[in-house]
Amino acid sequence: MGDTQENIPQSGEVIAAKAVWQVINEKFGDAVSELDENPFMPFFEVLKREQWRDIALFMRDNPKLRFTYMACLSGVDYPEERKLGIVCNLESLGELGHRIAVKVKCDREGGIIPSVAKVWKTADWHEREAYDMYGMEFSGHPDLRRILCPEDWEGYPLRKDYQVQETYHGIKVPE
Amino acid sequence: MQELGKAEHSSVRVTPKGDNRVIIEKDISSEEMILNMGPQHPSTHGVLRLECKTDGEVVIEAEPYLGYLHRCFEKHAEMVDYPGVVPFVDRMDYLASMNSDFAFCIAVEKLLDVEIPRRVEFIRVIVSEFNRIASHLVAIGTYAIDLGAFTPFLFCFRDREHILNLLEWTSGARMLYNYILIGGVAYDFPEGFKERALEFVKYFRPKALELQKLLTENEIFVKRTKGIGMMPADVAINYGWSGPMLRGSGVEWDLRKEDAYSIYPELDFKVCVPDGRFSDIGDCLSRHLVRAMEMEESLNIIEQSLEMMPEEDGFDPRAAIPKRIRPKAGEVYGRAENPRGELGFYIQSDGKSTSPLRCKARSSCFVNLSAMKELSLGQLIPDLVSIIGSIDIVLGEVDR
Amino acid sequence: MSTGALLPNSFPLVMSTNLNAWSDALSELHLFGMPFGLIIIAAIPLVFIALYALTYGVYGERKISAFMQDRLGPMEVGKWGILQTLADILKLLQKEDIVNKSADKFLFVIGPGILFVGAFLAFAVLPFGPAFIGADLNVGLFYAIGIVALEVVGILAAGWGSNNKWALYGAIRSVAQIVSYEIPAAIAILCGAMMAGTLSMQQFNLLQQGEYGFLHFFLFQNPIAWLPFIIYFIASLAETNRAPFDIPEAESELVAGYFTEYTGMKFAVIFLAEYGSMFMVSAIISIVFLGGWNSPLPNIGPLSLNDWTTGPVWGAFWIVMKGFFFIFVQMWLRWTLPRLRVDQLMHLCWKVLTPFAFVAFVLIAVWEIYVK
Repeated sequence: MGDTQENIPQSGEVIAAKAVWQVINEKFGDAVSELDENPFMPFFEVLKREQWRDIALFMRDNPKLRFTYMACLSGVDYPEERKLGIVCNLESLGELGHRIAVKVKCDREGGIIPSVAKVWKTADWHEREAYDMYGMEFSGHPDLRRILCPEDWEGYPLRKDYQVQETYHGIKVPE
Repeated sequence: MQELGKAEHSSVRVTPKGDNRVIIEKDISSEEMILNMGPQHPSTHGVLRLECKTDGEVVIEAEPYLGYLHRCFEKHAEMVDYPGVVPFVDRMDYLASMNSDFAFCIAVEKLLDVEIPRRVEFIRVIVSEFNRIASHLVAIGTYAIDLGAFTPFLFCFRDREHILNLLEWTSGARMLYNYILIGGVAYDFPEGFKERALEFVKYFRPKALELQKLLTENEIFVKRTKGIGMMPADVAINYGWSGPMLRGSGVEWDLRKEDAYSIYPELDFKVCVPDGRFSDIGDCLSRHLVRAMEMEESLNIIEQSLEMMPEEDGFDPRAAIPKRIRPKAGEVYGRAENPRGELGFYIQSDGKSTSPLRCKARSSCFVNLSAMKELSLGQLIPDLVSIIGSIDIVLGEVDR
Repeated sequence: MSTGALLPNSFPLVMSTNLNAWSDALSELHLFGMPFGLIIIAAIPLVFIALYALTYGVYGERKISAFMQDRLGPMEVGKWGILQTLADILKLLQKEDIVNKSADKFLFVIGPGILFVGAFLAFAVLPFGPAFIGADLNVGLFYAIGIVALEVVGILAAGWGSNNKWALYGAIRSVAQIVSYEIPAAIAILCGAMMAGTLSMQQFNLLQQGEYGFLHFFLFQNPIAWLPFIIYFIASLAETNRAPFDIPEAESELVAGYFTEYTGMKFAVIFLAEYGSMFMVSAIISIVFLGGWNSPLPNIGPLSLNDWTTGPVWGAFWIVMKGFFFIFVQMWLRWTLPRLRVDQLMHLCWKVLTPFAFVAFVLIAVWEIYVK
């Protein structure tokens, strides 16, 4: 469990993630950042976001990586960097067993991230949710619509600067 | 796997072995009708809406529409402090609140420096396994109703009532417990809990068998579920399925084993996967069988943990709860095995605030349901109902 | 009635003499040259069945299902909830009668009517005793099968007139199902007709009369008769839309099938028709295979049980009891089995029941010609 791993300088997860990162780094070079050795969630960032889909495909299909399973894709707001982003938790389910998280960031206004919905089908609805809540576009997504909010909802609720609309179809929206 | 990357809308579709879906050829198809199933439909298990394009009884396409029960969990979580998130988590998967709380607490505790007392770990495991049985009972019961068998449903709810009574006795609430807290649990087990829990285990074993006889061994039930909603293992993984859904496709994957959180590594239980003798691997029947087998395993876990649980007089289950929960800066993805699959929480903390900067719930139902469109292709309307039932969705968790 | 004096104090004897005496006296009653007594006696069962169908059929179903499901069922209205259905009727009467805007009003209104009439017209040829019969047609059986099939028109009218997609699905399914199941059902009944050599419902009963009680029933007269008996029973479940063949109403798939849009008394009328036709098919099966109003008890030496339990009122008692028994079996199945799928239902009809019905038909014919 997490709290015991805390005391170990480098958990197995981080070591495995390091090996994974090296394979990716060899292939894509400076398109990916250094590995952040977060003990619970080692992650790296995709610096050239237009390469994100290629990296994703590589991660899924490379025999050394085999990240077959996307556990989670979360949209994130970085107001101080003026950016939006996604965090993907990936795992090689049942094959190699390692885990890594990937971050992709885009501009706050009109930001576009390549969609990986066709790489991992999990990403389909998660990207729709991220779009719904944060408003970044996912290029190449088969069906990018709002998923949880109504189609005609204004604004992106999970942005830090979100102002709730006053009325919705004549109904007052509670604060 | 490479095939998955391609668009799936070609007319020729490779169907898995044993799959019985109907593929309509162009020259015999008639006029299509849009059938709106839900949000107020008896078998959408809440407020799911499916827009089905149908050709007679055959569903050509079913597009799920969500959000009818969206209660802004993630926004709320950013507004309240960490202990305040727990009741919201309860209300996500209201059929398995204990398990949901457990997952959230695991995630937050990763960021905190807390040592969880051993007895608390046992209490957590016992209550969440009880809740798992209760949740599977609902899943199996409502599945029976979806297929037109009313009686197993009431048998399931009768037995579930005993579990709810036990959990009410422990936590004070029947469904939304707010019992597992960050760093501990709310109360110790009441006096005599062990005896009553063991009594339930003894009572429930033959009842589970009876349920098996009534449902799983029923010819019509098998006919309605076998070979329906086939999902091969690799596609299931690609869809991000987890829990009984993934195990139903034959993948031996259980976070209780894989992540080995809490005291699960000390317990002896097996990961339930269908052996393919009774069902086609990956069909609705397999998923049902996995749930039925898991109830059995949960009983084993409960028995073992009740035996192994350290007894302490005057034990304070809240002793380890920090006075002020303010995790250090960082981000974490914590998860636990829920009755419906992997419930994960991605939490971002800035180290200053007492409320999370970002709290994303990776809901298992949400992910499992996303395969609905593919599963429903070319199925008959009754099979569509059967498939929705086998996914075992709780809309509270889908929409959050 | 020859050995009736042997056990003068035993209960069945007293009861049989009293009942018989009462009914005999009543059927002798002639006013203004008309057999009024007979009409009254003939009307009693019909009224009783109609009332039963709505009140105690529903009540029985609720109680039986409750018993099977470890519940109590209705307990509040009256002792053991015995007045529950009356309260329900009261509620249904008070309900607003909604006809949705886009419905085809004519079809919508006439649908339940046709259903009801179709289900209850068949009671006209149902013999409740040697003298209790509305119309002893010489083609009674044919008439009964034919008139029950009238339901199809009502269902289609209700489903189409509702202008609701679920109702349409229910209606189409129902029509397909009923029309298909008519075939094995009719062939199975024909087997019975072949054994009897008549289509008159009353003749069926008379042919199965005898001092050995149930041994005279066609079901026990002919070993092959079990086959059409079972085929007809299964087909009758489908014809009355009962589980496991309740796909036209399939509440988990089609909300409520063809009566999704009905409320208030129209809904009650559909309900009544369903219970009426449930009794109808149960009565037909008991007449054709199980002796109708004949007592199943045999005369055993000095215990002439058969004689004691034979008579006009006893006749009504037996046929109603036999009907109740089959209704009970229908309910038992309903609360035990899941529902079949549409294609499985059709598969069962066309590929299993119909061939077997033909086989039974041939076998019975062979039996009737060469063995009997």
